[in-house]
Amino acid sequence: MSGGTSLTVNGRSHSIASVPQAILLDVLRNELGLKAARFGCGEGLCGACRVLVDGRPVASCDTPLWSVSGKAITTVEGLGTPDAPHPIQAALIAEQAMQCGYCISGIMISAAALLAETTEPSEIAIREALDPNLCRCGAHNRVIRAVQRAAAEMRASAA
Amino acid sequence: MNPAATNPAAAPALPAGLRATPRLDRWLAISAEGHVTLSPGKVEIGQGILTALAQICADELDIALERVRLLPAATASSPNEGVTSGSLSVSECGLSVRQVAAQVRGLFLAEAARQLSVATEALSVEDGVISGPGNLSTSYWELADRVSLAFDADAAVRPKPPSRRTLAGRSAPRIDIPGKVFGTRPFIHDIVLPDMLHGRVLRPPRPGATLSALDETQLSEIGGLVTLVRDGSFLGVVCRTEAKADAALGRLASAASWTGGFDLPDAQNMPSWLKSQPVEASVVDLRGEGPGPSAPRRLVRHYLKPYLAHASIGPSCAIASWQEDQQGETLHVFSHSQGVFNLRADLALVFGLPENAITVTHVEGAGCYGHNGADDAVLDAALLARAVPGRPVRLRWSRADELVRSPFGAAMAIEIAADLSEDGAITGWRHEIWSNGYVARPGRADSPALLASFDLEQPFPLYISQDPSLATGGGAQRNAVPLYDFPSWRIAKNRLLTMPLRTSSMRALGAFGNVFAIESMMDEIAEELGEDPLAFRLRHLSDERARAVLERATAMADWGNASVPDERGRGIAFARYKNTSAYCAIVAEIDLSAQPRATQLWIAVDVGEAINPDGVINQIEGGAIQAVSWTLKEEVTFTRADVTSGSWESYPILRFSEVPAVSVEIISRPELPPLGAGEAAQGPTAAALANAVHAALGVRVRQMPITRDRIIAAMEL
Repeated sequence: MSGGTSLTVNGRSHSIASVPQAILLDVLRNELGLKAARFGCGEGLCGACRVLVDGRPVASCDTPLWSVSGKAITTVEGLGTPDAPHPIQAALIAEQAMQCGYCISGIMISAAALLAETTEPSEIAIREALDPNLCRCGAHNRVIRAVQRAAAEMRASAA
Repeated sequence: MNPAATNPAAAPALPAGLRATPRLDRWLAISAEGHVTLSPGKVEIGQGILTALAQICADELDIALERVRLLPAATASSPNEGVTSGSLSVSECGLSVRQVAAQVRGLFLAEAARQLSVATEALSVEDGVISGPGNLSTSYWELADRVSLAFDADAAVRPKPPSRRTLAGRSAPRIDIPGKVFGTRPFIHDIVLPDMLHGRVLRPPRPGATLSALDETQLSEIGGLVTLVRDGSFLGVVCRTEAKADAALGRLASAASWTGGFDLPDAQNMPSWLKSQPVEASVVDLRGEGPGPSAPRRLVRHYLKPYLAHASIGPSCAIASWQEDQQGETLHVFSHSQGVFNLRADLALVFGLPENAITVTHVEGAGCYGHNGADDAVLDAALLARAVPGRPVRLRWSRADELVRSPFGAAMAIEIAADLSEDGAITGWRHEIWSNGYVARPGRADSPALLASFDLEQPFPLYISQDPSLATGGGAQRNAVPLYDFPSWRIAKNRLLTMPLRTSSMRALGAFGNVFAIESMMDEIAEELGEDPLAFRLRHLSDERARAVLERATAMADWGNASVPDERGRGIAFARYKNTSAYCAIVAEIDLSAQPRATQLWIAVDVGEAINPDGVINQIEGGAIQAVSWTLKEEVTFTRADVTSGSWESYPILRFSEVPAVSVEIISRPELPPLGAGEAAQGPTAAALANAVHAALGVRVRQMPITRDRIIAAMEL
């Protein structure tokens, strides 16, 4: 059997040609051309491939397509744009919070999920939310400040 | 004649990059559309070099930063600046760009003066608009077609004095960050070329193993397989999609049988193993006649640094296309190599092609600041592409290959002996290293250093890693010479001539292990003498810049006065990277209530002129955090047969919940030459943590990583 899985990605519905056993990351990157979610390990251990599935962060590198059939997927491309950035995107730029940037897509997804839950996360809560994401360049503290900045921004605009 | 030339008699030497590639138009172009295009030979690896170069260029030309466009390093067009390594991007490439931009400005002003019939001294530039007396005005953009940059760089041209710089020295935002935040700036893994195929390579299960049999019946039904490539013990597949290539690789693994392989080191007894190998012994440095045969007191200590993995978050990747036509064979590759020209030289050796038949173009990959599998992946891709001429092949390594088959940072055994006089002065110092070399980068020898080249039907000899001379930075011996005012020393190195585990350049090279050893030893001696570690260091340190960073870092941490909670300790350490580059002092605090956890680092650094202060802080902080990870967590593990640390579970690195707070202060010296920041913090971080453990528990751990088990083992000694 091949194809036919329906998926909503960044608000658009797709009928996916890949087989149901296909890996979600491969479908996103190679069938839909959405490159922001990245391959890091293929084992769900580094967080570089994280996407939101119905609002929850999931490692797309070991998620079969069939398991997310009919669900809503959000990738970094769906978080925001230069004209209308997600608060975490604006905050990462403001804090200059990366070096090579390979891990940053997955980090944005973890942060977006946290900020959707609360705009008053403690520093410990931020570190816990980002713990599944590995970063080799050592940008962690800047990333934490960016999440705090994004949270403050969201509180201010909600007030 | 170059109209911008001034007094050549007083000319200082040109930067190395300009001596190699003197033509201005190889570095910089100005367009009528209002852009300045820079073509540097150094590459972006997350250190922010592109932004720093744009700042320097915009400053000299008096233009807005946004007007500067950066071309990727490419053998077809860029100046050959060697490898992006050694924290030299700013000090080498940056000074070349500054010199070029200053001269180009002069050429444009001279032409403007002619056009406007005024003296150049009467002209000023604002964002590329050149204004003279009254309403006279033109611009770089108007003059772009009239001004030739077909001149050689002239050392007599003087860039602006530091006081007139407005961009360099400021924390300009990185130009590559928005594209990474919105997912629009491609990494090499994201590039799709027309008709592109996908490759995977099956590495031998153990270093040095050879392919003994391949059961081709298992391969007959692989869907989407375009071709199988076998060349000696090199095995790979080319498929129409990545998913098919991954599936094919699985089939290939079960179809292949291997034999032989190197005996790996004895992980349980690394110092003995390192000291029992054939070596090239050398004296790195001798002060005076070296320490005498005896002393009233002699302290001898042994330190050990394990093999470390680069552990980039993204596995190495490359794209290659092989073309055959009437002119012969050509090879075009995209790579995240740190040295596109050096890589080209090795590809030419492997394929027997002239260098001008090969192009290498840089595309960003995942960072690690060292020689990971980037170059090796290119040879893999090229070997696969040769089997499908005319079609590009993208090759990506697996996570396990990235952690196991990339070159490692070499394990080091270091022995230090300090002679003390009756009154507690250090009278003699011995430092001896046993280590593999730290450099096996491509393009340095008449034999290639690329992994697959050792596995071919006609194999190249295993390239044993080397060490550059100390004058060019050194390898294993980097930072082995102390910066302290000891009256005599003997620094010796034993470079292993066997290499069962492949080693090459890892961030900071030997400085990480050597500074760990020296700065641990300084604390051990201070303790022996009952002195404060800071006072003891200052007593042996006359270099004012060195003293300044130590005094600043300890002031930041309120050293000696701050109350340190129970189960925590604080330590200090210092080094001047390469003894010629950035000064860095660190106070580290560690919590030992569970697994050792760094809680805070206070860092003072002197990098001379800081082109982009925020970039310097980012590099120092990132380097220190990476070093916390190395020091407390990381170690390549292996049996006598193979490396066993092939996943993030078996090779864990520091996580968000484990990262210390870090404060960095820069001692500003805009009048002094800029020094790289990327590798200054690693060695001091390791030693400061070891010293902090001792401060907390009175236990000295001389072997990294400093885990709870190691601390317990040290207590039992």
